[in-house]
Amino acid sequence: MLLSLAQSALPIGISGIEKRFGAVSILSDLSLDVAAGEFLTLLGPSGSGKTTLLMILAGFVRANAGSIKVGGEEIITMPPHKRNIGMVFQNYALFPHMNVFHNIAFPLKQRRVSTAETAERVERALDLVQLKGLGERRVDQLSGGQRQRVALARAIVFEPRIVLMDEPLSALDKSLREHMQIELRNLHRRLGMTTVYVTHDQREAITMSDRVAVMNAGRIEQIDQPEVLYARPKTKFVAGFIGESSFIPVECRNGGVWHEGNKLRMKDAMPSSGRHVMVVRPEKLRLIASEQTGDINALPATVGDVIYQGDSFVCYATLKDGRQVILRDYCRSDVLARLPAPGEPITLGIDAQDVVLVADQ
Amino acid sequence: MSIGSVSLDHVGRPDRALNADKLSADARREARGLFALLSPGLLLVFAVIIVPIGWLFWLSLFDESDQLSAANYARFFEQASYIKTFVTTFKVAFAVTGACVLFGYPLAYMLSQLPRRAAGVCLIFVILPFWTSVLVRTYAWLVILQRKGLVNTWLMDIGVIGQPLPLANNFAGVVIGMTHIMLPFLVLPLYASMKTIDVDCLRAGMNLGASPAATFRQIFFPLSLPGLASGVVIVFVLCLGFFVTPALMGGGKVIMWAMRMEQTTSLYSNWGAGAALGVVLLAVTLALLGLFRWLLGARATGVWSQR
Amino acid sequence: MSMENALPISHRQRLWLYALGGLVMLFLIAPSVIIVIMSFSDSSLLEFPPQEWSLRWYESYFGSVEWRDATVVSVKVAVMTAVVATLLGTAAAYAINARTLRLTGAINALLTASLIIPVILIGIGTFFLYARIGLNNTLTGLVIAHTVQALPLVVLTVLSGLRSYDMNQEMVARSLGAGRFSAFFQVTMPQIRFSIVSGALFAFITSFDEVVVSLFISGGETTTLTRRMFNALRDQIDPTIAAISTCLIVLSIVLLSAAQLFGRGR
Repeated sequence: MLLSLAQSALPIGISGIEKRFGAVSILSDLSLDVAAGEFLTLLGPSGSGKTTLLMILAGFVRANAGSIKVGGEEIITMPPHKRNIGMVFQNYALFPHMNVFHNIAFPLKQRRVSTAETAERVERALDLVQLKGLGERRVDQLSGGQRQRVALARAIVFEPRIVLMDEPLSALDKSLREHMQIELRNLHRRLGMTTVYVTHDQREAITMSDRVAVMNAGRIEQIDQPEVLYARPKTKFVAGFIGESSFIPVECRNGGVWHEGNKLRMKDAMPSSGRHVMVVRPEKLRLIASEQTGDINALPATVGDVIYQGDSFVCYATLKDGRQVILRDYCRSDVLARLPAPGEPITLGIDAQDVVLVADQ
Repeated sequence: MSIGSVSLDHVGRPDRALNADKLSADARREARGLFALLSPGLLLVFAVIIVPIGWLFWLSLFDESDQLSAANYARFFEQASYIKTFVTTFKVAFAVTGACVLFGYPLAYMLSQLPRRAAGVCLIFVILPFWTSVLVRTYAWLVILQRKGLVNTWLMDIGVIGQPLPLANNFAGVVIGMTHIMLPFLVLPLYASMKTIDVDCLRAGMNLGASPAATFRQIFFPLSLPGLASGVVIVFVLCLGFFVTPALMGGGKVIMWAMRMEQTTSLYSNWGAGAALGVVLLAVTLALLGLFRWLLGARATGVWSQR
Repeated sequence: MSMENALPISHRQRLWLYALGGLVMLFLIAPSVIIVIMSFSDSSLLEFPPQEWSLRWYESYFGSVEWRDATVVSVKVAVMTAVVATLLGTAAAYAINARTLRLTGAINALLTASLIIPVILIGIGTFFLYARIGLNNTLTGLVIAHTVQALPLVVLTVLSGLRSYDMNQEMVARSLGAGRFSAFFQVTMPQIRFSIVSGALFAFITSFDEVVVSLFISGGETTTLTRRMFNALRDQIDPTIAAISTCLIVLSIVLLSAAQLFGRGR
């Protein structure tokens, strides 16, 4: 049996977290529940408070108020070393004066685990992160990816209740990063530890997570499964932060949603009041014949620029109200055959089920 | 996998300040712990520096018959010997600071232009004297400069002079000896600040048509001024309160501020007068450092972290 | 010339600069060199270069009870100062580096006060204070006074070590189950030990070379080497002092090299 955290994985209940630095509020009344064994990502721009929240979870930043319960036990007043939380830092923070073995054995040594058991558990952890036989290496002899794995092994070898990761892949180059994303994901599936992951990379968040909490200015804007988050953003911020979007202002009146005098066909419930915009993703638009048919909304536009990108092309088009929208499609021969020319009038279509409205903040 | 519930809106929740008391107690405990680490050092500094100086300040406010008076300060303006001491002190300080700038700037400039390795070797010439006892160096200058010292013997041997030059036990001796001691205090911060001058700035200057001399004058020199200023301030301030070299090389003729303090307290046991001298010296020192900080927004004491 | 400094100015154009810089370097180093050479002279006259060589001034130094006693006092005081200042200074630097305390500016100013306050004032003040609590002419008094002067150097040296150290490592150690003290000793200290040793060496040398305060507060059986030298220099120029000076110069070189070696070790 490998290390198994599945049975010991615990849920985290975060509620009412307040954090102020002087008069500046970093987190205000933040609450969040993480299910046992869940991989949850905190996603947000820098300054959104995601790292602060992670540091509060680890115990390195003290909140002004709030509660963090792990499996029902309050940990917010516990010192970091009693929380039993594994943590992986952005720069790995491996101990350069210890070799790989001693780095990974460190948490076991603190827990006075016997020498024989330590050796066995470090060996298993090394095996798990595919670094078998590298125990005697010095830290400075490792590549970036290997360091990342050592940091990971060190954070899980003591079978912590929770694993926290602060942008652990941001120092790696693109291809290695994508590889490690999959590997981390698989490792999580295998071990099932409750994981809170921080990143500012929306693609990484979508690739890896069970759920993503999008943070902005110290608040959670939306928390959902990646596919929901992408397809049904609840706020303009989330729609703008995750994926590419164009925003088209619409009018809500007479029990319908109108754009340029046409009533939009949509599957979602109509918003009751307030100013709204339609979130348009580049890949949800397509070129259609001029008339509106079935469940497709037609948006007349003029082509501005067409940019060929190899696998796909991007078409910048201007709607009648002057808004610019972006259309992206793959370069299949049928699409390429009727590629519009700059200045040409076209009609863009969007399916009723792809119409998403968010409040215009 | 079960997905937990999320609530985004908690405005008006009763437990808004959940654990706030415990957390602030925690914060206070941590602050107390860190302060406990600081306190032995702070206590020592407080007991050995702040308390005695405060005490001396208090003493300086009373005259010999224990009456509150400004007599200890008034005599600075009345007695010629005090005025002479101040004048001498400032003369020495200006002369030494000037000499340090004159010799130190070219040396720091050279060091900053040398390749890293060569600069490292040359820096030894600055750092070794810096860490050699002031007494040893003063003794060396006594040996070199005295009436029958090396310089005079050599100069007379080769027939340049007939009579020994008065080099030690006078103003010149004090200035030479102190320049030697103060030079590293000017060179080290100046060198450090010159190292931070972006070579690309100079390249750009030359690229835009400035001659090497013009590049130096219009780009390098202005950029090196803050480093020079901090060296000048620290040297000047140290000169004002310097004791060992003038005491040994002044031949009893060059009485500087610190010597006056020593004489007043040790020789005449006039604590009030000595204390008043100390208070004014401290005030002048702090004023100069404060002025520097206000003008340049930096601490002049940075030299200590570069040793 | 290395690329980083490569300006289109030839070494020849710089010749005057090298000449001037070389002269200043000579000015800085010559006194020490002359003293070292003269300490091996056989003559009691200060002639240079010496006509005859001998070790008589070293014999006179090591043979004299007064000089030996004074040296022992200085060594004792310097060792104790280095130990105390390093302990207090490292603790203080750690607390300052944690940056959670208010008034850090005031604390810094207080801890480094002895660097800017004229030493003569510290000397007189310490003497005045010690006279009332009976610490003049005691080893304890000397160690306390020297510790105050060495403390800022230790604090600044250790602080610079801490600033170039990645505090995440201590945090990670704490998250892995080590308490704060334990994390410091297991993870942080091994990595800033070079700064701590450098700080200790600086503290030792500061104490060993200290003149002004010792002049006021040492005497009798606890006369320091520097105080005895100062008094000897006031009277007449005894070549024995050249031998002692040479020993002090060698000590400085040894300690500085040690600090340098440790500095390179990281």
